[in-house]
Amino acid sequence: MKVYTTARTAFRALRRNPMRAMLTTLGIVIGVGAVIAMMEIGAGSSAALKKTIASMGANVLVIRPGTASSGGITFGSGSTTTMTPEDSQAILRECPSIRNATPMVRARAQVVYGNRNWVPNAIYGVTPAYLDVQDWSILAEGDPFSERDVLNGNRVCLLGQTLVRELFEGESPVGKEIRIKNIAFRVIGVLTPKGANMMGLDQDDVIIAPWTTIKYRVTGLSLANTNQSAVAATDSVNTLSNLYPTTPRSLYPERSSIQQANNPMPIRFANIDQVMAAASNAEEISAAIEQISLVLRERHRIRPGEPDDFIIRDMAELTRTLSTTTKLMTNLLLAVALISLVVGGVGIMNIMLVSVTERTREIGLRMAVGARGRDILRQFLVEAVVLCLTGGAMGIVLGHGGSLLVRTLLNWPVETSPSAIAASVLVSAGVGIIFGFYPAWKASRLDPIEALRYE
Amino acid sequence: MELITLRGIEKTYQMGDIAVPVLKGISLAIRQGELVALTGSSGSGKSTLMNILGCLDHPSTGEYWLDGQEVSRLSTDERALLRNRKLGFVFQSFNLLARTSALENVAMPLSYTAEHLSDRAARERAAEMLARVGLADRLDHHPSQLSGGQQQRVAIARALINHPPVLFADEPTGNLDSRTSEEVLQMFERLNIEDGITIIMVTHDPKVASHAQRVIRMDDGVILDEASSGGPGRESKGGGA
Repeated sequence: MKVYTTARTAFRALRRNPMRAMLTTLGIVIGVGAVIAMMEIGAGSSAALKKTIASMGANVLVIRPGTASSGGITFGSGSTTTMTPEDSQAILRECPSIRNATPMVRARAQVVYGNRNWVPNAIYGVTPAYLDVQDWSILAEGDPFSERDVLNGNRVCLLGQTLVRELFEGESPVGKEIRIKNIAFRVIGVLTPKGANMMGLDQDDVIIAPWTTIKYRVTGLSLANTNQSAVAATDSVNTLSNLYPTTPRSLYPERSSIQQANNPMPIRFANIDQVMAAASNAEEISAAIEQISLVLRERHRIRPGEPDDFIIRDMAELTRTLSTTTKLMTNLLLAVALISLVVGGVGIMNIMLVSVTERTREIGLRMAVGARGRDILRQFLVEAVVLCLTGGAMGIVLGHGGSLLVRTLLNWPVETSPSAIAASVLVSAGVGIIFGFYPAWKASRLDPIEALRYE
Repeated sequence: MELITLRGIEKTYQMGDIAVPVLKGISLAIRQGELVALTGSSGSGKSTLMNILGCLDHPSTGEYWLDGQEVSRLSTDERALLRNRKLGFVFQSFNLLARTSALENVAMPLSYTAEHLSDRAARERAAEMLARVGLADRLDHHPSQLSGGQQQRVAIARALINHPPVLFADEPTGNLDSRTSEEVLQMFERLNIEDGITIIMVTHDPKVASHAQRVIRMDDGVILDEASSGGPGRESKGGGA
């Protein structure tokens, strides 16, 4: 018996009772529809999530100095002053999994242009590598500063979009001078908009400048003292003890040239707030963490068994947590959808059993005219599969329509997933075979004499 | 030439611990082209014999030669194939598929034949068969739109679709009135004479049996007597072994 003939016979048999066939497939329709909708919405959410995380600078590792403690009291991360720009260079040089790295110092200060002022979220002192680390290399306007600017401590900066809006009101800021703590900076470029990050922080509310300039001209401080709030409070306000408030403070007591000539001091390292490094890709992150850890322990002369004096944080941890959450949700909903598929399958089995009983005489007749047991088995199996596949097709349309509806009405991100469609076709055919088998097997085992006599 | 030969056919049903013999040694020979009636009261074993002759069942012991082939020991699938190729069935209650056209009802056995006919060829053959039973103008009618006699003629066309040498009819007129019964029986006679099809009817109606050339009467699992063609009603009492 040809497959085509069998399928046609199955269709004809189902058409004899279209209402019942419809109601029977309803379980499958809903099950498959739910699976498709779940998969599409789930895929959409995780794609959106990935995009968000990428814009935050995926693959970025933040290496901060560890916490200092005294007498059992810890002062919080960043309170030791052990990170140096040389550490950053060493990380870039010695860790093969690191694409780029930059030292970073942070400041928070008022920025003035003309009669307007603004306090940006952060003023970052970095090297040009920062733009690469943050996937921010394309500027909206102007050019990035160079390594030479960093070496010289040049007063140049790049502005985020929020600052352009707040200070310049749409005017092009390139070439203009702004003042940070009364120190004039020339704006040489404007960053492209990035929007808020996942935590709601406006990533465009930043100024980027060479770290040397920020460190030595603007703050003269490190997180080691700003973290202790009392010091920070006296920082920006004019006090009588400070005759020239904008004079950059020296970290160490100034020495005259004669003093320096008499007893030269070893060059002290400059400490920085953190190092930002980018792993070459997401898979390399854990390797990169290990490499950085090795390099820094060696550079900081930490003996085996002693705790690290630095903390490495990766965004991937965040990424993983969030994607695990969405995956969990998708799986949960998928499980619910699968249960409804199973329920639908039981419905199919039920109706097929009824159908076999109802058509006992037909089965007997078919056997009398030469149908073998396997022909009958195939006929009823194909009928169940046709029923399920029809339901599956309707479910795909329903689920896809549902997810489109969700997209238009709720603005949820949705992504068509061909694999989900293929899977649900397979699953509904599978349900047909699994739940159609028992009734079909029962039909094929009928005795033709008994079946013909059945009333 | 003998188409059907039975030798010492016995059939015993096992009802729990008790063995119930239904056929107790039947030997019989039916030549090609015969029109045979199998009669007997209910419980005489004629239906069981019919099932064995029709290869729906196999005997407990004995030999059954059909068209030169020993078929009593064939497997279920082999018997299905045999039924498809060599036997046609007509039932008392027609057994047509509801909500299916006469044409498709007739073509149905073709879907189980080994030789794969094309869709069109199958339909043409079915139409030809329906024309032969005088229903050329009823191809697309559903069973519910046909009279009892017409339905039985569709069933006959279905039985003949594979050109079987033997046609079995189980109480073919049981659900028909006397006029349509006569029509159907005449059709049997015509098929028998014109096409040389061997026809074996099971009936308890002497009037139906009278159309046969040969009447085999059964009682309690054995052949009681046999009579060759005579006037109606004569063989109802039997004319000796």
